[in-house]
Amino acid sequence: MDTVGPAKTDLALTGEGADKTQALTYPRIDCRNVSVYYDDKQAVFDVSLAIHDRAVTALIGPSGCGKSTFLRCLNRMNDTIEGAKVTGDIFMEGENINSPDVDPVLLRSRVGMVFQKPNPFPKSIYDNIAYGPRIHGMVDSREDLDAVVEKSLRRAGLWEEVKDRLTQPGTSLSGGQQQRLCIARAIAVRPEVILMDEPCSALDPIATARIEELIDELRKRYCIVIVTHSMQQAARVSQRTAFFHLGNLVEMGDTDQIFTNPRERRTEDYITGRFG
Amino acid sequence: MSEHIVSAFTDELEKIAADLMRMGGIVETMILDSCAAVDRNNHDMARDVITRDPEVDRLEEEVERQIVSLIARRQPMAHDLRSVFSALKTAGELERIGDLSKNIGKRTLMLDESVPVAMRHGVARMARPVSLQLHMVLDAYATGNAESAKTVWESDDDIDQHYNSLFREMLTYMIEDPRTIGAGAHMLFMAKNLERIGDHCTNIAEFIYFQITGEYLIPHERPKTPNTGI
Repeated sequence: MDTVGPAKTDLALTGEGADKTQALTYPRIDCRNVSVYYDDKQAVFDVSLAIHDRAVTALIGPSGCGKSTFLRCLNRMNDTIEGAKVTGDIFMEGENINSPDVDPVLLRSRVGMVFQKPNPFPKSIYDNIAYGPRIHGMVDSREDLDAVVEKSLRRAGLWEEVKDRLTQPGTSLSGGQQQRLCIARAIAVRPEVILMDEPCSALDPIATARIEELIDELRKRYCIVIVTHSMQQAARVSQRTAFFHLGNLVEMGDTDQIFTNPRERRTEDYITGRFG
Repeated sequence: MSEHIVSAFTDELEKIAADLMRMGGIVETMILDSCAAVDRNNHDMARDVITRDPEVDRLEEEVERQIVSLIARRQPMAHDLRSVFSALKTAGELERIGDLSKNIGKRTLMLDESVPVAMRHGVARMARPVSLQLHMVLDAYATGNAESAKTVWESDDDIDQHYNSLFREMLTYMIEDPRTIGAGAHMLFMAKNLERIGDHCTNIAEFIYFQITGEYLIPHERPKTPNTGI
């Protein structure tokens, strides 16, 4: 078990002067003492953990354990909820994203998000992808935009299926294709981190397998954090797993260790289906 | 450990454990009875041991079938995963112990009354500590006691030393009286079978230790007398 409580060894690596050549090993996101309140009710209690780059981190736990709330801290989605308050520090590349100086819109282009239910814009497949790069001024010409659209769709494993129908509405695709469209849309703005909140729970097993294959491919380039209710999915796709219960981080460790030999009784009870 | 929310899951794990214990009970008596048959030159008893082996094979298949089905349907995790993994491997070891005991029974049928009693006693003497190893390791399994499993694991060297001394004893008989060479050769195999049973008990102890603690016992850290060249 590790990183329950401030991760001392990680601090040195994320602070100023950290050696950026260690990109594969140092954490992309370092959360310290993060708590979330909805009005007077506390939903997340003092969570400290490090999220590694080029790896998939799975957040698991029973409904209402705070895992989605915690995930939403990572791109300040809780800002949009009336009465929600986040305390503690979340460092990305040494910068505290909770600082008032950070523009949440810019932050969300660095930290993309994919939701439980595929939510393509009511626009063409092309425009779904092109929207982000356009509003962020990331492209200068139509050719550049075409290239970004193709590259994003290719990375999302969707290009071959949609290249001849780019003008059709995104909503005309199947559920699994729509979810991959949303992933393509998220990666079109070149994020560093991709958050996924139960991205497969509305999909059939084949579409789920395609998304999982995609996640495995994407982790070579991105830092991915996924919330899932399926422990088998967490075990299949992630390298690190964090178990939440009643708003607390109970245990975090390598996925292998969590699923074969968890250190905490509550983790054991949850993943073996003994939870009361 | 508390029960699963899905109670059938608990029932299935308990059934696997019960079948394994049954297998263990049968092979334990096979060891003792096969060696008692040698000791008393009792061919009926030896034949009886041989007839018990198919039941052990059947139980092994039964345990395997249940485990494959359980993995497919329930995807066990953590302690549950370790316990089915351990049960699967243990069933294989117990089946081998059954085979080795059966082999002692078969060899007993090759011996006649001319074999010196002292030679027979030698094999019978070794049966006791070996079956005790199995008894202790099955106890560790039933009670979930990792330390007892480790104790069994650490004491395999005693069995090896017992084997080495029996080996020399048999050689001495054969040198003294070449007419005992035929029987002596069979008895050397019997002793070797018992020594192998000890090794299987050590393996079972490793699986049980892993099942309970999630940690591996490291073979090269086991106490061992230097190789005697046998």
